[in-house]
Amino acid sequence: MKLWDKLMCYSRRHSPWLFHMNSGSCNGCDIEIVASLSPRYDAEQLGVRLEGSPRHADILLVTGPVTHNAAAAIRTVYGQVYGPKAVVAIGSCPATTNVFIDSRTLEGPLDKHIPVDVFVPGCPPRPDAIILGVAKAAEILAERGNKPPAESLMIPIAEAACCAEGCACEAKKEEVQA
Amino acid sequence: MSLWMELQTALARLLIFPGLLFAVPAAWFFLWVERKAVARMQGRIGPPFMQPFFDFIKLLGKQTPQRAGVSGMLMRAWPLIAVSSAAGAVGLLPVLPTHGGFQGDLILLLALLELPSMCIIAAGFSSRSIFGEIGSAREAVLSVSYNVVFLLAILSIAASQHTFSLSALAVLPSSPLRWLGIVALLVCLPAKLHLNPFSLPNAEQEIYSGPMTEYAGPELAMWELSHGLEWVAATGLVATLIAPQVTLVWLAILFFVAISFGIVLLLSVVASATARLQIDTTVRFYWQCTLIFAVLAVAAALFMRYRA
Repeated sequence: MKLWDKLMCYSRRHSPWLFHMNSGSCNGCDIEIVASLSPRYDAEQLGVRLEGSPRHADILLVTGPVTHNAAAAIRTVYGQVYGPKAVVAIGSCPATTNVFIDSRTLEGPLDKHIPVDVFVPGCPPRPDAIILGVAKAAEILAERGNKPPAESLMIPIAEAACCAEGCACEAKKEEVQA
Repeated sequence: MSLWMELQTALARLLIFPGLLFAVPAAWFFLWVERKAVARMQGRIGPPFMQPFFDFIKLLGKQTPQRAGVSGMLMRAWPLIAVSSAAGAVGLLPVLPTHGGFQGDLILLLALLELPSMCIIAAGFSSRSIFGEIGSAREAVLSVSYNVVFLLAILSIAASQHTFSLSALAVLPSSPLRWLGIVALLVCLPAKLHLNPFSLPNAEQEIYSGPMTEYAGPELAMWELSHGLEWVAATGLVATLIAPQVTLVWLAILFFVAISFGIVLLLSVVASATARLQIDTTVRFYWQCTLIFAVLAVAAALFMRYRA
């Protein structure tokens, strides 16, 4: 039984299927999500698959500052994803409503409506930051299983601006420290 | 041969080779080959080797939707029927040059091959999702189109030799007519396996996941598995027709796997190099361009038999 649980945890971490939802985004983050699946970044190496139906998804990617019209739709779609599931907020808009703050057409930020697991800040975030966010969300989802979500994780801007370990940014950080 | 021995042989074929014990890993392997080939064609690295297996296990661990009433029961039943019929079709393939056991014949094999797509049509309609219904309608139209060619191609091979027995068909000498039939089968495979340019029933950009839209968790895992088994059965059918006759068991298995692998690679490359056609173009392609060759093949087969 323990072996089965381990296998399940491993499989969940290695097979995050995404459903992408736009809640009034300017399309900047959406383009970056597509870019993260493109040949240059190739998120499929992590087992990522962009699904057409929320029923198939494990991870809900939400972009945009949550407009009036989108708020109910987001709650519906979140309910349509079967557990275990995780939510990744892509960009600064769903985290803080960004430059649209105090607008009367908004009901953001996103975590007023559904529990968010990972925030990937940026306007828009780089594709490597999005992939990092999805990978973190898959880890969270694999550890949590069907338990209700705990507190959310914010990917630090420095990490979000940087790609995976061992890239040129590490060298830059060292330069700054020196 | 005693009844017990025959039962043993039949069970071994259904459960071990080329049945479940071989077919399920082969299904995952072919699904991986397809995704990997598409990724390589697009200049990507693609998913890791165990990806379809991880997907399957993960889907088994997801929550199952609550479904009430008769339509709920039916929705649960369709993927199971699809998996079992696809597995049965793989079990019937005349890969090994053995005799005895339950042999089945071409008609049973074709019926079992056709059942998964019937289940897909029924599943889309019983899900009552608008996307599912459109996907099912497309699948129905598509299967009416390609099946005429598919069946005529098989029929031409069978008619030229005056037999429906599978093991007799697998040991036939190769003739030009047989190759014509094989080419016609290959033209039908992309439509049967929902690949580009005929990936209409599950056209993601238009109708989300088509008939599968409302499925989740373990039920979706069964659909994935049945799709993989369809890959094994459909490519295996062509492979048994192509494969040269050998008496060595391991050589026969090797030929079968190698030729199936080649066909999977070919289909994936074609799929990634083409774009999706419209439904009316697809139907016209099968009814106008391919049907004539299939009819010619059958006519030639019958003509040659009467002359002989």
